[in-house]
This record gives sequence, structure tokens and C-alpha cells, in this order.
Amino acid sequence: MTRPGFVLEVDRSTPPILTWHGEGFRLENLPAGRSRVIYPPEPLESLRDPDAAIREALASPLGDSKPLRELLFPGMRLTIAFDDISLPLPPMRRPDNRQRVIEAVLDIAAAAGVDDVALICALALHRRMTESELRHAIGDRVYDSFAPIGRLLQHDAEDPEGLIHIGVTERGEDVEINRRAAESDLIVYVNINLVAMDGGHKSVATGLASYRSLRHHHNVKTMRHSKSFMDPEHSALHSSNWRMGRLLAASGVKIFQIETTLNNDAFPSQTAFLQKREWEWSARDRASYVASTRALSLLTPRAARSLFQSIKAPHAMTSVYAGEVEAVHAETTRMVHRQQLVEVQGQTDVAIFGLPHICPYNVNSIMNPILVMCMGLGYLFNLYRGRPIVREGGVAILSHPTPWAFHPVHHPSYIDFFEEVLSETTDPVVIEKNYEQRFATDEWYRHLYRTSHAYHGVHPFYMWYWGAHALEHLGRVIVVGGNRKAVRRLGFSPASTIADALEMASDVVGDEPTISHFHCPPIMIADVK
Amino acid sequence: MRALQVDRSLARFVTARVSSRPAAVRLTETPSPTPPGPDWVTIRPLLSGICGSDLATVYGRASRWFEPYVSFPFVPGHEIVAETAGGERVVVEPVLHCRIRGVDPLCSACADGRTNRCENLAAGHLAAGLQTGYCNQTGGGWSASLVAHRQQLHPVPSGWSDEAAVMVEPVACSVHAAMSAPPGAGPVAAVIGAGTIGLATIAAIRTFREDVTTVIAVAKHPEQRRLARQLGADFVANPDELRRAVRRATGSWILDNGQLTGGADVVFDCVGTSESLSESTAVAAPGATVVLAGMPGQVGVDLTALWQRELRLAGAYAYGPERNAGDRHSFDLSMQLIAEHDLGRLVSARYPLDRHSDALEHASHAGARGATKVVFDLRQEKRR
Repeated sequence: MTRPGFVLEVDRSTPPILTWHGEGFRLENLPAGRSRVIYPPEPLESLRDPDAAIREALASPLGDSKPLRELLFPGMRLTIAFDDISLPLPPMRRPDNRQRVIEAVLDIAAAAGVDDVALICALALHRRMTESELRHAIGDRVYDSFAPIGRLLQHDAEDPEGLIHIGVTERGEDVEINRRAAESDLIVYVNINLVAMDGGHKSVATGLASYRSLRHHHNVKTMRHSKSFMDPEHSALHSSNWRMGRLLAASGVKIFQIETTLNNDAFPSQTAFLQKREWEWSARDRASYVASTRALSLLTPRAARSLFQSIKAPHAMTSVYAGEVEAVHAETTRMVHRQQLVEVQGQTDVAIFGLPHICPYNVNSIMNPILVMCMGLGYLFNLYRGRPIVREGGVAILSHPTPWAFHPVHHPSYIDFFEEVLSETTDPVVIEKNYEQRFATDEWYRHLYRTSHAYHGVHPFYMWYWGAHALEHLGRVIVVGGNRKAVRRLGFSPASTIADALEMASDVVGDEPTISHFHCPPIMIADVK
Repeated sequence: MRALQVDRSLARFVTARVSSRPAAVRLTETPSPTPPGPDWVTIRPLLSGICGSDLATVYGRASRWFEPYVSFPFVPGHEIVAETAGGERVVVEPVLHCRIRGVDPLCSACADGRTNRCENLAAGHLAAGLQTGYCNQTGGGWSASLVAHRQQLHPVPSGWSDEAAVMVEPVACSVHAAMSAPPGAGPVAAVIGAGTIGLATIAAIRTFREDVTTVIAVAKHPEQRRLARQLGADFVANPDELRRAVRRATGSWILDNGQLTGGADVVFDCVGTSESLSESTAVAAPGATVVLAGMPGQVGVDLTALWQRELRLAGAYAYGPERNAGDRHSFDLSMQLIAEHDLGRLVSARYPLDRHSDALEHASHAGARGATKVVFDLRQEKRR
């Protein structure tokens, strides 16, 4: 039986709490009587036979959709789009959900006599995936069938010939997406819904869109009006994508949506302590913790990064739904919430977020300072429903080494953003106004995005906007154990220890502040009442 | 009188070089220099700056190139605001060219007004010395008294502080550097180094080079960065950020080995080391001009880019009539610049001669210590 999420009130008997710190973790003592630890629910039970569940979902779609088999016919043009490497986190063990679903779809397409099939990795403005990453996501059989004949594509948001402008929403938002997909008789979109933000109309309207289209919702105003973007009911990002999705449907773009959910079994059994509650650690867990931290202390940052990048999560599929986009997404969101929601009473003055080694944009890469900001203030801060776990004017304490380091291939424009933009200002509005256009249209970034494995030139801006709501909400951000120079460049305050950080926080929130420790990963959503 | 003096002493130069202390200079009592001719006057320094070439001398790092152009023992100091016997404040234009030396006929450069290119720095009635401060007959600014030819003296505008006046000579060097790049070179300039010369070069470009629209500065230290921005740099980069900054400004690309496909149209090297010159050629666009404003010594540089990109490497020494400014003299332009940008504020610290070791140490680490120009304050000295 899966236990739900839990909020522990810290007292004198509470053991030190595991706190992530990049490629490592620490045990931190929290002040008794005014601290609480928010734990995620335990992993849901997985589907006993995922392949059978997928077949069943394709045959019994939700909403007004016909079964997939009935939508396929000889001579048609079929495009299968799928989520990119940004999820799940950490990458899951083989077979990946995408492989299972795509193989099932292809079996049905073959039986229906469909020849014109293309696979498109829905990158949006993310970096192109490498061959090994693609093989991991969709499996060798699919890769070897499609890649050699040029039928495995990666969406290119900068290819003028490869995009088509569908129209403009009632709010004036351009909808421009991948031409091959839009001109297909059917788009089958294959999702992994790691968080509540993923999927729905966002799949096509974002994953297959151009910068011209994305800029309508990936901007400061939208992010500040998404409270949070993990809560579809109160997300301007969600609303914009929904308007775009409905325009696509009204324009005759046919989408068959397939969404899968995962449980939050994020770490292998050797490191089971990472997702246990500390007072329940066995002797073996304690030994694993000691051995892990000692071993990690002997590694160089690069070696530690490689070690963590090799982690493949034992995530297992908990649901699969297919059919009409909104009907499917409603069920998927329900499942995501079932796995991730934790009821939390009220806000605290301070929130502590231990940042792990990975976020959606540094898979097989480096968590650079901008991604540290995005992970802390974009993702973890926004993993709430109702209200943030920290009060307005409160303090967020992030724990991460925040190295002054960037992956030169994956994040070239990030380096310039850090060196040029953040040395001038950290105000998202000023940044958007003064710098975004130049970075977005820089020919070198465009070239690297299209031909190498670089994120689009504008991507670091989006990372900064992701944290815009938190920046507006918080009174101060403190980073524990980070490169002091890098932390200051981000506009945050560096601290050596959690205790130092709490001392510094008292300048803003007063003595004896109340504290929430967000014990994540695994991922959860704080349902703050 | 009291003066800081550099002797012809191999032991002192070696000690200075090995110990990284300013051992090549010593405080001594010495007779005041005698005017060598009727057009010469005795002047009493008020402030005298410490420049990079002075530091190279006293720390035993100067190039042997200068050996024929100095006469020992000499009193350093060529950035001078002084007072004449009549109480007039003057700044000294220190180059000891043909006219100062009584050489007739003038060399072709002096005849053309370009006295900084004089061919007779060791000729005439005066002992060898490329400038006041390197000649044993004239004395130098780091003392209570020196002699100067009337043609070397420029009156200090009324109302100016001594600090503003002592900046005239170094700022004139920067003006000359800024004007050395050919007109219409292109819109993007990079200035490497944010000491006195670098900062004043930024200001000079902003004031006198309308053809340059973007100035990228390289500065190591926070105060340098602040001043560089204040004086007109559009972007201030750390040394290791320069290539990317130039790339952004010029829309060029970075190749796999870090080379730029394009680059800045004109680069001012205001440091003069192997590293700064290498970086200057690395960020220069094909056909660009690299201006050496900082005094280099022996440097090791891969000149392949210079050859393949047809770069022009141009020295910028001292001052003279500026062809790109209607033949206005660098000193005039310097005074305009100092007034417009309040460059007297770049004088960060003043030391009496007694504390010459502290002064020189401060000057050699000026940037890291938040300083720009360090000067000797002789205003008390003259009353002794």
C-alpha cells in the first residue's frame, strides 16, 4: 500500500534531514518547534502489463476520438511526435515509455497499411538529441527503422521551410508549428507526463512550435501570472497553450494524444535512502549514505557528474490514456496529482530547497548557474497548488554548489547571458526588453541550435522568466555552498551552511522564522491550504 | 634637494627583478639640476605620477631597447604638474626632441611636428634621454626640482586641481592611441586593460571617435569595471570573456578552437604583455588595426593571425599633432577630455617621497587595490 505524502513537524527527536546539494547530499539539522519537512507520497503501484494497457488505451480512446486503428488508412500521412530528453528525470531505465507507445502505434499503423510515417522529436527550442539519447528514448528497433531513411526528425524551430503559420488566437497569439506535423492527416503525440505542466495542448503547441509562437507564453508576464505553472487552473502558460491548441483543432490539425504517467520511483535500490524518511532509515541505508558521501567526496566534480548522469531511474508506468487532447489530459493530471500531491497547511517564512544534480535542461550536461536558478525558483518553488509554501516576502534557501561552469556545446547562449546580461541586471522585465530579441535572432546561436546540440539562443531567458514569479514573491534568495561569485552574479546571497543561511534570512523575516524543508526529489506538489 | 634616483647599477636592477621590489630606485640628496641653456627654467613639481614605464624601470623589467635613450643617474617622473619660479602652474610635455636638444637641422619627424618620432633622442647639447625623467641633465618629477625647456611647458587652465593637471600627460598618450587607428576603421573597438591608459582611451574613443559606436572594455577589477562603464564602455568583460563579448557585438561566430570568424575593427592593447597582445590579435577582425598603447617589452605572440588576417599592428607612443583631429595637439585634446570627464578623479593615492616604496608597491598593484593613478605629492617637499 502506497503511503501518501507527509508533513513532519520537526522536534528535538527529529534526525537530520537529507538535503540535496547537486552531485551530493547532506544531512541538515533543522530548528525544532518551527520547522517542518514536506515529504512526497511513496511511489504508486505500476501497471502490471504496460504494453497491454497501451494497446487498450489506443483501442478505447477518451473524449470524442475514434480508436487509433480507425483513424489510420492507406495512403495517409502520419506523424508521431514525442517528448524529448528533458523528461523523465532522471532518465528512466529501458524500455522508456516512449518506446513502448511508439512501437504499439507503429504496429497498428503497419496493420492499417500506412506507409508515410515520420517520427519527430518535439524539441521546441531545446537541444537536438544525440543518437544514443534517441535510441534510449525510442528503442533501437524504431531508431534503426526510421533514422537511416531520414524519417526520424528533430523539430527545427528555425527552419522557415519546415514551419507553417496556422493562425492567430483571439488574444493575438501566433500559432506556428512544424509543417510536416501540421500537414499530416494525423499527429500522434506521445507524452511522458512527469509533472502537471506537461502534456495537454502544450505538447503540440509548444513542443512543435517556433520562437514566433512560443514567445507569446514564454515571457515574464505569463510566468508572473502563472501561480503556479504547475497548477493548470491558475496558469497563464496553460491558458495560452490551450487557446493555441483549440485553434489548431479548429484549423483542422488532427491530434491523437497519448499520455503516460510514471510513479516517483526515482532512484535505484542501492540508494534507496534518497527517497525514504530519515527516521525510517535502516542500518543499511545509513551505511549507504555514509559510503556514498565518502565516495563522492573523493571524486572530482566532473567524475561525480558522470556518476550521477549514469543513474537510470526505475520509474514505472502508472497510467496511459489516449484520444482527444483535453479528455486525455484531464485523466493524466488526476494521475499526476495522485502521485504527487501533498497537503500542506499554510505558508512558512522560509523554504529550503536542496537542488539535485539534474533538471530538465542538463540531462547529460552541466547544471550551470542559470539552471540552478531555474531549478530552484522555477521548478521547485512552483511545485505548489494554491499558494507557495513560503510566504510573500519570505526567503528561499537553495542548496547547490552552483559552479561557474557551462557546457559549451549545449549552452553557448547561457554563457553569454551569464557574462553579459546578468552582469548588467537580474530584473526579468529589463532583461526581456533589452536583450531577448538580440539573443533570439543571433545567427551563431541559430546555427548551433540547428546543426549542433545547443539550446536555442533565447533559452536562458526562458529559464530566467521561469523564476520570475518567485523573484517577485520572495524577499531574498540565499544559496548554500555555492560558488560565491556565481551566486552573486545571479543576484542572490551566498552562505556557507544552512545555519548561516537561516541567520541571514532573519534579516528579512525576523528571528525564529518558520521553515519548510521541501524534501524533493522525488517530485511532489505541495497543496498549500 | 631630495630625489628618487636610478643609478647605472646592475646589482640594483637584478635585485629589483629577482625580489620584485622597487630596488632600482633610491631616495637621495642630490644637487638641483642646472638649466642647460637660456630657454630652460627651473620648475618645482607639485604632483608627479607613476606610470607603467616607470614601474618597469624601478622593478628591473624595462626593455634594453631604451639603454641608448637614457643617461644615468636619472630621476624618474615624466607625468608632472609643476610650478615655475613666477608661481605659474604648468604641465610638462616631456619628450626631449630635436628643438629641445638644439639639434639643427631638425629630423624629418620633428620637422613634420611629430616630435614623438624624433630620431635624435641621444644627440644635441643634452645628454641622452627620450623624455624628462630619463635624462640626467633635466632631472625628473620624483624630486623637489627639475629643469624644463620653455617649449615643454603647458599652462594649467585656471581653476584646475593639481590632480586634474597631473593627468594631462598620461591622458594625452591615450588620446594619441585613440587617434592612431585609421579613421573609419569600423564601428566596434575593444580596449584591453583598464588602468589609467585603458580608461582614458575609452573616454578618448567616446569623445573623439564618432566612427566607433561600440566599445568593449576588458577590466579585471571591480573599480576598473565601474570606471570603464562610466567612461563610456558599452560592455565590460573579464579577460576570459572578451572573445564572446566581441562575438556578440560583431555577430561573428566562434569556431571549435575558440577562434572568432570576425572580430573588432580596432583593438587597443593598453597592457602590453604577451597575453594581452595575443588576445588583441585573436579578437581583431580581418583587416583590423591593433594599437599598442601600453608599453610592451619582449613578448611572445603567435603572429599567424596578423599575417593571415592582414592585421595592422600600430604603436602609439606619446603625443603630437593629431592628423585625425585637424592637427590639434594631443595635449589640447587631453585637457578637453579631462575637463569633460573629470579625469582628475582617477588620481587615487598621493605619497610623499619618504614613502616611495609604499607608493611604488601601491602603483604596481593599483587595479587590485581599487586605485588607478598613484602620484608623488611634492607640495610639501618644495618648502623644505
